[in-house]
Amino acid sequence: MNWIYMAWRNLGLKKLQTTLSLILLAFGVGLVSLLMLTEKQLSDTFDRNIQDIDLVLGAKGSPLQLILANVYHVDAPTGNIRLADARKVMRHPYIEEGIPLAYGDNYRGFRIVGSDDSYLRHYDAVLAAGRNIEAPFEVVVGQRVAETTGLQVGDTFFSAHGLQDETDIHTDKIFTVVGVLAESRSVVDQLLHCTIQTIWDVHEGHGETLDESEREITAVLLKKRNPLAVLTIPNVIRETNMQVALPSIEINRLTQNFGIGMNTLRAIALLIMLMSFASIFISVYDNLLARKYELALLRTMGSSPFGVFVLLLLEGGILSTGGAALGLIFSRVGLLILAQLIQDKFRYDWSSIGILPNEWALFGMAIFVGFMASAIPGFSALKIDISRTLSEK
Amino acid sequence: MIVCNDIAFSYQPDAPILSFPDLTCTEAGQLLLLGNSGCGKTTLLHIMCGLLRPQQGRIEVKGQDLQELKAKDLDRFRGENFGIIFQQSHFIQSLSVLENLAVPHFLLGQSFPKAKAQELLDSLGIVHKANAKPRSLSVGEQQRASIARALIHDPSLVLADEPTSALDDDSTATVISLLEQQCANAGAALIVVTHDQRLKSRYNNRIELDSAISPAL
Repeated sequence: MNWIYMAWRNLGLKKLQTTLSLILLAFGVGLVSLLMLTEKQLSDTFDRNIQDIDLVLGAKGSPLQLILANVYHVDAPTGNIRLADARKVMRHPYIEEGIPLAYGDNYRGFRIVGSDDSYLRHYDAVLAAGRNIEAPFEVVVGQRVAETTGLQVGDTFFSAHGLQDETDIHTDKIFTVVGVLAESRSVVDQLLHCTIQTIWDVHEGHGETLDESEREITAVLLKKRNPLAVLTIPNVIRETNMQVALPSIEINRLTQNFGIGMNTLRAIALLIMLMSFASIFISVYDNLLARKYELALLRTMGSSPFGVFVLLLLEGGILSTGGAALGLIFSRVGLLILAQLIQDKFRYDWSSIGILPNEWALFGMAIFVGFMASAIPGFSALKIDISRTLSEK
Repeated sequence: MIVCNDIAFSYQPDAPILSFPDLTCTEAGQLLLLGNSGCGKTTLLHIMCGLLRPQQGRIEVKGQDLQELKAKDLDRFRGENFGIIFQQSHFIQSLSVLENLAVPHFLLGQSFPKAKAQELLDSLGIVHKANAKPRSLSVGEQQRASIARALIHDPSLVLADEPTSALDDDSTATVISLLEQQCANAGAALIVVTHDQRLKSRYNNRIELDSAISPAL
């Protein structure tokens, strides 16, 4: 026998009330924690893919689209740019490195991206099997592509025109898989990589021009050497059909728009938590009123007023600890479900599931408030008039 | 064992003053306090175990003057030395009968003699209810369980407040005999406070409380 056991059994006596308090708190904490996890994972994913790409050069259009299309490969490109124009920017003294990208085909929904080896190097992608690309029409596939399509070293396939469907298949050009990448947890996992020449060759038959000066690419990922590049490059390309966009700024704008929704959800979650604390308070207070006689009884059997106070505090404490712990479990189950739903659409993995520092704070706060909610009935228990309580029939 | 002298008590400064006759109960002795409803029986019982502090008078239990004890020490002293049985048995409803018997030892920081508790329940004829919730017991069984709880921690003095008023004649006879017998076994003094005339004949040592309200004081 001890206070914790007694508090536990007392809660068990009022199963409905206890369950209601637990569920409310679990939902409140769960929702807040789910938001924290989602935000963290989203920003991690964004950051990992930006790495240190400072600028993206591409055709004029929406700068956000330019970033989404060329950094994350989730949107259609804004158009093509002339290789000759792009080279001028890549060779600008303020630019340290430029990674050219050209694409326009897919294999079973995964984009085939032509670039040079600096692209894979940029994302620290390493081969899990096979070798690097040495000739046109050789491809190295990302880990998720290999997993989903079953492509292995030595396999051959045809590409489909466009970025989404497979209605228009180029049956005259055969691609050969020469390598499979290890998982990099970045966008390269979802791409098939080849040389830019390969992309040009595929489109030869489409009547697109092959004259060296007319050659086009989709975009260039730029790393700056000098911070002034951000101000200077737009001037350099003023006369062309090109634009530059800053990934960090565009993604910030995107998350800020997301943020309105997030804030609403957060407010709702806090409201649910508030209700759950009210419910804990009512639950413990109700117990106090219903069991006033029991508390007086404990006092006649030798308990100090403090003992009775502790008993009530523990009832609230067990409720809030249980509710908060359940909440953290809820959010993880929710995240797993969300990850399953989103994996096909957004193509980003969600695997880290550890408890964030913010969540520890949330957990601690929920427990603390739960104790506080029961401290008020606890204080009135200190003042119980034992004699009168026992005399009441 | 317990000596009460010159006790006077009032609930509020301007409320009528209750004064009580002096009383003494020897070690393992038995005493009946008989009085009608509203004459202050329960008040006297609460004064005897220190739940109420009288404005005047002296209560001595095992040589200890209760008036001298600080609130916290008094709680503990009461827990150690008194076993109290109430008119309506009250238990911690969430705990089983046996677990309820473990409460006094827990509150006193002592380990619970489970075998002894089983024996006690057995001698009171309710050992088969040991793991039942108090609410599922009949009134008579509940009163027997209260006796077990009052005696489990070997108190020096058992106070019983109207222990039989909710019981029929048969149960009254059974419960009161069990109570007397168990107190005698345990060597505990027993003070029964009641208006139940059925108990009158059983006790030689009895004090009749007339209305304790004394306009003179």
